[in-house]
Amino acid sequence: MSGVTRPGGTAFNAVRLAFAALAVAFLLLPLVAILPLAFTDSVFLVYPISGPSLRWFGALAESQAWTRAIVNSLIIGTGATVVATVVGTLAALGLRRELLPFSGLLRSVFLLPMVVPAVVLGVGMQILYARMGLASSYLGVIIAHAVLCVPFVLVNVASALASIDPALERAAASLGASPVKVFRGVTLPLAMPGILTGAVFAFATSLDEVVITLFVAGPNQTTLARQMFSSLRENISPAIAAAAFIIMILTFALLLAVKGASLFTALRRKQRAEPSEA
Amino acid sequence: MSARFKALLLILPLVLFLGFFFLWPLWMMISTAVQGGTVRLAFPQTATAIASWDGGGPPPASLQAALIRDLRTDTPQERFGDAVRTLNSQQAGFRTLLPRTARAVREAGETDVVDLAAVDPRWNEQGYWLALKRSMPAYTDANLLAAVDLKRNDEARIEPVEADFAVNRAIMLRTFVIAGQVTLLCAAIGLPFAMLAASVSGWKRNALLIAVLLPLWTSLLVRTAAWLILLQDNGLINQTLRALGLIETPLSLIYNRTGVLIAMTHVLLPLMVLPIYASLIAIPRNLMPAAAALGAAPLQAFRHVLLPLAMPGLLSGSLLVFMVALGYYITPALTGGAGDQMISSVIAFYATGTANWGMAGALGLFLLVPTTVLYILYGRLSRTPLVQT
Repeated sequence: MSGVTRPGGTAFNAVRLAFAALAVAFLLLPLVAILPLAFTDSVFLVYPISGPSLRWFGALAESQAWTRAIVNSLIIGTGATVVATVVGTLAALGLRRELLPFSGLLRSVFLLPMVVPAVVLGVGMQILYARMGLASSYLGVIIAHAVLCVPFVLVNVASALASIDPALERAAASLGASPVKVFRGVTLPLAMPGILTGAVFAFATSLDEVVITLFVAGPNQTTLARQMFSSLRENISPAIAAAAFIIMILTFALLLAVKGASLFTALRRKQRAEPSEA
Repeated sequence: MSARFKALLLILPLVLFLGFFFLWPLWMMISTAVQGGTVRLAFPQTATAIASWDGGGPPPASLQAALIRDLRTDTPQERFGDAVRTLNSQQAGFRTLLPRTARAVREAGETDVVDLAAVDPRWNEQGYWLALKRSMPAYTDANLLAAVDLKRNDEARIEPVEADFAVNRAIMLRTFVIAGQVTLLCAAIGLPFAMLAASVSGWKRNALLIAVLLPLWTSLLVRTAAWLILLQDNGLINQTLRALGLIETPLSLIYNRTGVLIAMTHVLLPLMVLPIYASLIAIPRNLMPAAAALGAAPLQAFRHVLLPLAMPGLLSGSLLVFMVALGYYITPALTGGAGDQMISSVIAFYATGTANWGMAGALGLFLLVPTTVLYILYGRLSRTPLVQT
C-alpha cells in the first residue's frame, strides 16, 4: 500500500499469499479443469487424459439433439437480444435526465426481472402463455428471454449515457444541429459501447437461461443450455465438456471483444487526460 | 413536444413490455394461487346447489341430482382432472371416488335415477360433501394454507395437515438455511479477498479482480458441470487427496449438501466480493498508514478502521447473495441429493410435473415476497449496481 511498510512481518504476508492462492484456485480451477476434458478420447470424464481427440466434438456435431439445440439458442438469443436492446435502450434514454416523476422507482421496477426467482416468473409465464396460445412457440421463448435480458441492457446503456458530458450535446446544438442530428451525431456514437455491451450481456444471458425455458419452451425449442441441463441430469459424458468448451469460447469471445473495445477507449481517454502519468 | 412527454414516450415500450410479460404473469400466478375456480368450473350446477346447503345434516336430493347432472355433461378431461386433484388435496379419496362415480353415472341411462351411495358408500360420509362445499368459492386460501402445511377441517377451522404430507415448511426452512450457509461462506471468503484486492495494486490487483470476474462471466451451467466433474468420487479433488495420502477412500462431495454448498458458494462469491471491494476502494489510501503511524497494530487498525468501512459493502453483498440464493434451482437440482432440494424445485415439480398451478403459485408467492422485501432493503442500503460489468 503506497510503499509504507506494513507492520506484521513475513508470517502475516505468508498467510495472505496462501489465502490469495487458495481463493484464486477455488475461483478459477473449475473453469480451467473442464476445458482439457473436452479433448479426451476416453468415455470417462477423468484425469489423466488418456489421449487427445476431437471425438466428443464430433459426437456433438452428429447428434441431432445438440445441433438443433445450438441452432435454437442462436435463433432465440438473437431475437431476445434485438427486443431487449431496442426497448431497453429507449427506456434508458427516457430515464436519462430523470424528468419523469418516480424515475428512481421506475428504474428499480425495470431491474426486477433480474431479482425475481426464475421459477416464480416461469410459473406465471406458463399460465399466461397457456391462455394466450404462446406456449411452446419460438416467439414465446424469445419474449420470455427478452424480459430477463432487459435489465442488463438498461444498466449498461444508462451508465454509458451518464458518462457523456452534456456540454458536448449543448455545443452541437448551439452550432445549429437539430435534436435528431445531435442524437445521431453525438449521443448515439458515445453511447454505442454501452449499447453493445448491453446487447452482448443480453445474448449471454439468453444463451445461459434454463429455468424459464423449462417452463415455456416445447421440445422443438430446446436450447443449448437446456440440452446441457438435461444431459447433466441423465449421464455426464465428455460431450458435456465439449459443449461447455463451445459455450465458454462463445461467451468469452463476445465479452472480450466488447470489453477490449471499451478498455481501449477508456485507456485512450485516460492517456489524453493525464499525459504525464502515461 | 415537451421534454417530459418525450421521456415518457421513450420508456413506454418497456413499460408496456414488462407490464404485459413480467408483471401480468406474476399477477396471474398470484391470482391462480387464490382462485378456487377449478372445482367450480368442472361442477357448475353443483356449485349453485351446494351454496344453499348449510353443511349440516345430509346433503339434499337436489344437490345430489345437480352433481349427477354435472357428471353427465361432457366436461373436458383436463378440467375434470384439475378439479379431482384440487378436491383430493382437500380430502384424500376423491381421486378414486369421482372417476368411479362419473363412470357409473354415464353407464346408467339418461333418465335412470342414480343412487350415489349405492355407487360408492363414501357418498354417505359428510366429509366428502363438506370438502366439495369448501372447494366451491371463487376464492380460496386452500393453496396458501397447504403451502405452509395447513388446511381447513370440516368445521372450516385451520389445522395442520397429517405429518406424512407436511413437507413444505421443512423445505422452506431448508431453503433459508442453505441460503444462509452460502451467504456465510461467501462472506468468510469474500471479505478477506476483497480486502486483499483493495490493499494491493498493479498486476496483483488486476489478477485478483479477473479471478472474480471470469467465473461471473462464465455460464452457470458450465460452472456447475465443472463442479460435477471435479467433485466426483474419482474426480480431480479426490484423486489429488488420495495421491497425497490424506485419504484412503474417496470423500463423497457431490449429490449431497457439501456439493450444493461448494457449487453455490463458487457461483455467488463474486456477488459478495464486488460490493465489498467497491466500498473499500472508496476509502482514502492513506487511512491505514495513518492508523499505523498513530500506533495501531494491524489487527487494531483492521477492527477500528477497515472493518467499519467495509461494513456497507459486506451488508449489500450479503443481502444480494442471500436474495439470489433463495430462488436457486439449477445448482441444487444438479449437485444436491433428494434432501438438498430447495423450494424452487418443489414449485417446478408442481408446475411442470403435475400442472397444479394453484399450488405452484402459492409456493411461488412464499418465495416472491421475501425476495421482493430483500430487494427493497437492498435498494435502500446500497449504492452498488446489481449488475457488474
